[in-house]
Amino acid sequence: MNDRLWRILTDAFPQLLQKAVEVTIPLTALSFLLALLISVVVALIQYAKVPVLQQICRFYIWVIRGTPLLVQLYLVFYGLPSVGITLAAFPTAVLVFGINEGAYMAETMRGSLESVSAGQLEAGYCVGLNYLQIMTHVVLPQAFRTAFPALSNSLIGMLKGTSLAATITVTDMFRQAQVINGRVYEALGLYTEVALIYLLFCTVLTWLQRLGEQQLVKRTGAVHGGEAK
Amino acid sequence: MMLEAVDVRKQFGSQMVLRGISLTVEKGDVVAILGPSGSGKTTFLRCLNFLERADSGTLTLDGDVYDLHTAAKKEIARYRKKTGFVFQNYNLFQNLTVVQNITLGLTAGLGMGRREARTLAMDTLDRVGMAAWAQRYPLQLSGGQQQRVAIARALARNPEILFFDEPTSALDPELIGEVLGVMRELAREGMTMLIVTHEMDFARHVSNRVMFMEGGEVIESGPSKDFFEAPQQQRSRDFIRSIQEARQ
Repeated sequence: MNDRLWRILTDAFPQLLQKAVEVTIPLTALSFLLALLISVVVALIQYAKVPVLQQICRFYIWVIRGTPLLVQLYLVFYGLPSVGITLAAFPTAVLVFGINEGAYMAETMRGSLESVSAGQLEAGYCVGLNYLQIMTHVVLPQAFRTAFPALSNSLIGMLKGTSLAATITVTDMFRQAQVINGRVYEALGLYTEVALIYLLFCTVLTWLQRLGEQQLVKRTGAVHGGEAK
Repeated sequence: MMLEAVDVRKQFGSQMVLRGISLTVEKGDVVAILGPSGSGKTTFLRCLNFLERADSGTLTLDGDVYDLHTAAKKEIARYRKKTGFVFQNYNLFQNLTVVQNITLGLTAGLGMGRREARTLAMDTLDRVGMAAWAQRYPLQLSGGQQQRVAIARALARNPEILFFDEPTSALDPELIGEVLGVMRELAREGMTMLIVTHEMDFARHVSNRVMFMEGGEVIESGPSKDFFEAPQQQRSRDFIRSIQEARQ
């Protein structure tokens, strides 16, 4: 590697990292929290078979899963202003990523809720709990455990997906790499560098996922319903 | 009379599962509900705790009358405060420790204070010999141990009557004894129990009354001694003989 390229990459590194800390990570965290909130609500509505709301939830999942994320971003950021709804780039990204991933995570959560055996509900009723108490103390905690690996997957996917925000002028880590590249013209080196930083972050998340799963095993004595004799 | 069920009927689709079952339980009674599989005995027991909605029938507990078909949520909650239910497959809350399995029903269910609930839970676990496992999770226990915890969970709420739905049917043979031992002890202490079971020795020696069902009907019911030594009905005799033959 020649000296010029090395200097470009070492100069770029703190700038990329700064954007990661200022934009990519907060964008991921906020979008994921929004997605989590949406997914739990949507999954619970379907689990409890609430009339009308249930149909609205199915419609939401149908539309969001059936259209590309990039199109959704463009629609909100470039499309909605023409009907008078103008949002700044960063909030738009949080909203679209959250609503988009929320639809996928809602299905994960619904499946996990339905995998909790009906006997757990019956036992709850028999010891005098009401529906809400059974859900909060028994069913939801178990569903979260089942959903944990899939939700971790969603988080990792979302971290990388935030790079799409660059297309609606959010200066995230990837956009920053583009900007630097526009000045110095070292696409291979810079995009490899930014890829390695994403890889590093995802590695940390994978490691956290494993740590989390180990904690869950410790706190139930079994992985996903396997029985210790 | 402590608990009385009158004319309980239940139909699944076109199949009549319960064709008008009536039962009276006195305080301190241990009633074994026997019958071949498909006789409706489990459905009957589940109807008595509103886990299954009967099509018709009434239930009286402590002078309070409940309609098995139309009882409102509030009434059911009031009724269940006085009953305990033990399931075939234990149904312990898998995300909670043994002691939390018991305290949850006491704190959230009955509004008891945390410390009081914990003390009561530990005392009850002691009664079923499971106090040493209080901090374990259900899946870390054997089936027999889980069932003993499930009995403690039902017992801690100080119910007037305990329902058991085939409490030993899911257990490995060597684990059945420890669960029956706990139930025998409860019977000795005067606990009123209604037990759907296939354990003939237990029915014969621990229960004081037997109700034998077949095809959704009560074929014979009376003192256990009479039922096993001098069954009145041909179908009862056939059933007892088939059980004895199966064991030889």
